[in-house]
Amino acid sequence: MSTELTVNSHRYRVEVEPRTTLLDCLRDTLGLTGAHAGCEHGVCGACTVLLDGAAVRSCLMFAVQADGREITTIEGLTPAPGELSVLQDAFCETHGLQCGYCTPAMILAAHALLAGNPAPTRDDIVEAISGNICRCTGYAQIVEAVALAAERLRGANRPVEA
Amino acid sequence: MKAAAFAYSRPSGLDEACALLAADDGARVIAGGQTLVPLMAMRLARPTRLVDIARLSELAFVREDTDAIVIGATTTQRAAERHALVRDKLPLLARALPWVGHAATRARGTIGGSLANADPAAEIGLVAVTLDAELVFRNGAGGSQLRAAEFFLGAMVTALPAAGILTAVRFPVWRERVGVGFQEMSSRKSDFAFAAAAAQVALHPDGTVARVAAGIGAATETPIRLYAAADALQGTRPTPDTIRSAVTAALADINPMADLHASADYRRRLAGSLASRAIAEALENAKQSGGHVH
Repeated sequence: MSTELTVNSHRYRVEVEPRTTLLDCLRDTLGLTGAHAGCEHGVCGACTVLLDGAAVRSCLMFAVQADGREITTIEGLTPAPGELSVLQDAFCETHGLQCGYCTPAMILAAHALLAGNPAPTRDDIVEAISGNICRCTGYAQIVEAVALAAERLRGANRPVEA
Repeated sequence: MKAAAFAYSRPSGLDEACALLAADDGARVIAGGQTLVPLMAMRLARPTRLVDIARLSELAFVREDTDAIVIGATTTQRAAERHALVRDKLPLLARALPWVGHAATRARGTIGGSLANADPAAEIGLVAVTLDAELVFRNGAGGSQLRAAEFFLGAMVTALPAAGILTAVRFPVWRERVGVGFQEMSSRKSDFAFAAAAAQVALHPDGTVARVAAGIGAATETPIRLYAAADALQGTRPTPDTIRSAVTAALADINPMADLHASADYRRRLAGSLASRAIAEALENAKQSGGHVH
């Protein structure tokens, strides 16, 4: 089926079988391998992408259902090639990753949180990443990374008070 | 973990959706797909055609009606969770929604999808049974509605006709001041519950119970409203002991499920504890907040 997707601000027209998940379409058709295939049945969260700004699981949706919608993958978060977003940088700085398999999804889940909540509590952060499984870190440094990024983003480009 | 092949249709209206379903016994409705897609990935479900109703705008709404809040079937759980009418008028649903899956599944999962799927552990179905909600459906040119307790027949089995489409759910709103409580136990947050309980209480100005609705879910194949417990507590000033005995008596005849993770006996005891806690929480909530005045 012919399907139009806007991924990371680029518009693509792809030909997919209805049973092709959004995850497989992103990875195999568009070559965007930052969304990871983990459990492929909605349990691990490794395939998280943003759909019209909201974190969703790309394995729990067929590509045809995303026709005409806007998708952001981890590849779309970097400001320029070779650079890191504030969140990505915070993950490096706090050592919020080990094997890295869950990391793109963790960052996208955190990105969706910070877009709506610039000053999250620890509980808010834990809740936001509760659908994303990490088998290495024990989560503590991931939570630290999100809190650090939130702090930095709050301090950035703040308008001067009158 | 790849679904079997199927045909896909995105009808432009409810009539067309009904016609597509009626024309093919193997066709199924998809809205958010947060349960259907994994079932298809595991090939536990093999629909021949998916009829995608997620974009039918006529089914995505939250509106106020006489003594009720009506929620369209394709309203996402996230949209309902954030809606001012749900927060202000349906505090029990607002209290339960954060327990549904995770933020990433609530962004796609719908209110109607959860109800039509009828997982015993689903929180929305528990709230619907506890508040005696009405489920409205279309079937071809006709349509009807069912009380939540009549809608749920068993685990993943409902009274919805095979070619029917759930269109809305009507939650009664109490006029008195109310307090709400919601309790759930699972092996990890947002995993399938072993048992859950919901309660809504309205108090008289003197602090005695004017009305109470309590229900349990996940322990049994379908959610159950605990009418006997409500009758026992009505008009009283409940204490932990009277709540506990009212709940224990109301649970005497239930038939809990059992699996590897939780035995029937454990689920019965857990349901009793959680229902008692939910009622106590609702009472406390009603006292503290002064309740919700409508």
